[in-house]
This record gives sequence, structure tokens and C-alpha cells, in this order.
Amino acid sequence: MLKIERLQILALPPLSFEVDAGACLAVEGPSGSGKSRLLRAIADLDPADGNVLIDGAERRTFSPGDWRRAVRYVAAEPGWWAATALEHFSSPEVARAVAERFGIDPGRLSADISTLSTGERQRLAFGRAVEDDPPVLLLDEPTAALDDHATRLVEADIERRLANGAVVLIASHDAAQIERLSDARLQLAPPVRVGDPVEAHR
Amino acid sequence: MTPALTLSAVDIGFAALLLAVNVALSVIYGLGVHRSLVVAAMRMIAQLALVGLVLHYVFASKSMWMTLAAATVMVAAAALEVRQRQSPRIRGFGVAGLGLGALSLIGAALTFYVVSVVIGPVATNTPGLITSFSPRHVLPILGMILGNSLTALSLALSTFADLARREHASIEAQLALGHSAREAFQPISRRAMRTAMLPVINAMAVIGLVTLPGMMTGQILAGADPTDAAKLQIMIMFAISAASGLGAFAAVRGGLHLLTDDRQRLRIDRIAA
Repeated sequence: MLKIERLQILALPPLSFEVDAGACLAVEGPSGSGKSRLLRAIADLDPADGNVLIDGAERRTFSPGDWRRAVRYVAAEPGWWAATALEHFSSPEVARAVAERFGIDPGRLSADISTLSTGERQRLAFGRAVEDDPPVLLLDEPTAALDDHATRLVEADIERRLANGAVVLIASHDAAQIERLSDARLQLAPPVRVGDPVEAHR
Repeated sequence: MTPALTLSAVDIGFAALLLAVNVALSVIYGLGVHRSLVVAAMRMIAQLALVGLVLHYVFASKSMWMTLAAATVMVAAAALEVRQRQSPRIRGFGVAGLGLGALSLIGAALTFYVVSVVIGPVATNTPGLITSFSPRHVLPILGMILGNSLTALSLALSTFADLARREHASIEAQLALGHSAREAFQPISRRAMRTAMLPVINAMAVIGLVTLPGMMTGQILAGADPTDAAKLQIMIMFAISAASGLGAFAAVRGGLHLLTDDRQRLRIDRIAA
């Protein structure tokens, strides 16, 4: 479903792999190995040579907006452009549903963004990114700021999306989390080796 | 009407003594600016003396080509200054191109409007558009419009680039959600334009109460009637505010173009460290 052909990230050898619908690929590697770069390049947020296709259609055949609505990158450190979290959602109802699903007091939605905790911001940013159910999710350390309970809430949401056929790429330093979620692994460290389990999903 | 003041070289020398105030301050407080102060003052003397000579010649010639040549030099100098004044700096020659394009358009349009529609009928004593070509009107107005447009453009562009760098996470969060680059940059575009337009708005609010602008002071010293000088100053302030508004607008439109690419990516790599 998601196909990467000779994608050039930093000084790494060109990367090629495929992830099927409903599969989760973990992207592993030490800090600076290019995990975020890879996810950002797939979302077309950074220039990178090579092809990225969903269902056989290359990213350049999409408008940039359409591509990023389909291939959704969720940054490790979320950005905010309005004063309150509420304004970052398509409607107050959606915002409240997201807050409740991830264990956040809906009253916090109207608070100034800077007064929210890092964990609250991370869960709200995840909720904001998935509210329209994008078919491909690129998650950059999605639970790094979360306690165990909140982590499980986010993971449950990811698992539900996988069951509904979403493609998920996750960069995480949490080995147990990768164990719980992923079907395959991609190790980014020179020399780059594409993990065998990816092949199993072909 | 009192006769126009003509200063002798000795008079200018006495005026230059005032520079000693700043030099003394720089030396006493160790500001380290006395050198650049003297260089800047020398440049000012040379540039103004030269421009006085050139204008004297162009005004006397009443030639359209001479005026166009002088205007071209002014626009080019302003465009280079836009490139010089950036902080942070955007790589490449895009900024100089933006300055050249924006300032020639803004300069031509506003100068045409002020010279032919506003002062034309007065200057030529006939209603309607000006018909005779008058470098004495065109060049000073163009200079003033360029100067103010350049200031606003530089200020807006620097603010825009600085905010793009500091708030890249909020811009990219919007891009990642599929918003267009223009939407994603809108909050910082607004702030950059506001920053560049505020000085003129503030200047209009206190003008005459606290400050007598240099142009009006010069006119009164040159023997003009203060009410006439005031009317001219009002016209000039309107032209200045339009010039800075358009300069700020050009900066954020151009800045958006320079800091994004054809795939609507934020390209902070184009900002020099």
C-alpha cells in the first residue's frame, strides 16, 4: 500500500521498502540516524530524491496538501499556531471527543496552550493529526512524553487504526512499545539493513 | 516670504562640529562606534553633495531620459540596500530580486499617482493629469517613497524570516495537516506586516505635536509658508504610509515565495545561520 523506492535520506544508501495496509513498521536507530528525516521525507516535508507511492500513485502526482492529508506526519514536538488547543481542531465536538479518548479534561482545551503539560500537548497533537482518519500515519516518538496509562490509550488508538487498514510507521526509542505495535522493523544505522520481517508483509 | 537660506562651507563646518558630541560619547562610554560614525558622516557628506550636483544638472536639463536614468539608479541602490539590511539573511539573490521588482513597481505607481493626480494640477496650473514632465517633482517624491518602502520591506522581511525560523514547528504542523503554505504562514505574515506598518502609524499620530518632520523643517527654513509646508507634509505622510504598507505586503508575499518551494515545504535551510 505504501511503497518507498530508492528514497535518499542524508548520506544513507537509498532506501526501498513496502508496508501493507494494516501493517506497522518500526523505524529504529540511534539519535541522528535519520528516523525523523525519513518520516519527514515520506510526508514530503523535506526534499528527497526517490519515489514514494500510495496504492501505486507517486507523491508528485498529488498536490502537496492532498499528499499530506493522506500521509500524515506527527512530529515529536508538536507545533501550535493559535492560542488554545480548541482552535486547532475542525470543531469543538471533535476536540472534546479527542480529549476524552486520551484522558484529558475537556476544560483544558480552552486553556492557553503554554499552560498545558508536555504530555497533554502530545496527546492533543496526536488526536488533531488523526481526526480525519488518514490512511498512512508517520509517528515520530508519539508517546515519548507520556506516562504508562496515557501511552496505552494512544497505543489502543493506533491498534484500532491498524485494524481498520491504516499503514503506520513509528519511530520510537521504546523497545517494549515497538514489540507491542510493530509487525516489522527498519534499522537505520550505517550500514543500513532492511529488516527481514518487512519482506514477510509483501 | 523670507529669502531661502544658503549655507556656506563655514556654516556646514560649524554644523559638523555637532558630530563631536557623538564621537565624545562613543569614546567616553567605550561604545566603539566613533569610527563608523565618522565614516557614516563622511559618506553622508559625499552622497548628499553628489546628489545635489546631479539633481541640479537633471533639473536644469528637464530631460525625461536623465530623470529615468536617475530613477533607475535610485531603485537599484534601494534594492541592494534591501539585500544588505536583512537579518537573518536569506541565501541567494532572491531578496535583491524581490527588492528590485517590488520597489520599481511601488515607486513607479505611487510616484505617478502623487505627481500626476495629487500635485499635477497645482504644479502645472491646469486641472486633470500632469502633462509636462518635471524632474523637480518626480525625483524627490520617488526618493521618499523608495526610502520608506525600503524600510518597511526590510523590516517586514527580517521579521518574517526570523519568525519562520523560530516558529517553524507551528508552520510545519499546519503543512503536515495538509494546509497550504499561505495558510500556514498567515500568522507570521500578519505579525511581520503589522511590525513594519506600526512605525508609520505611530509617526502620523504624534507628528506636529512632538516632531516637526525634516521635510517640513527644511521647507520652513527655506522660506515657505508654514501652512503650505503642513499641507505638503500631509500629502507626504499619506504617500509614506502607502509606500510602507505596500512594501510590507511585498515582503510577506515575496518572503513566502523565498522560504517555500514548489511542494509547499518550509525551507528554513534557505536562511543563513
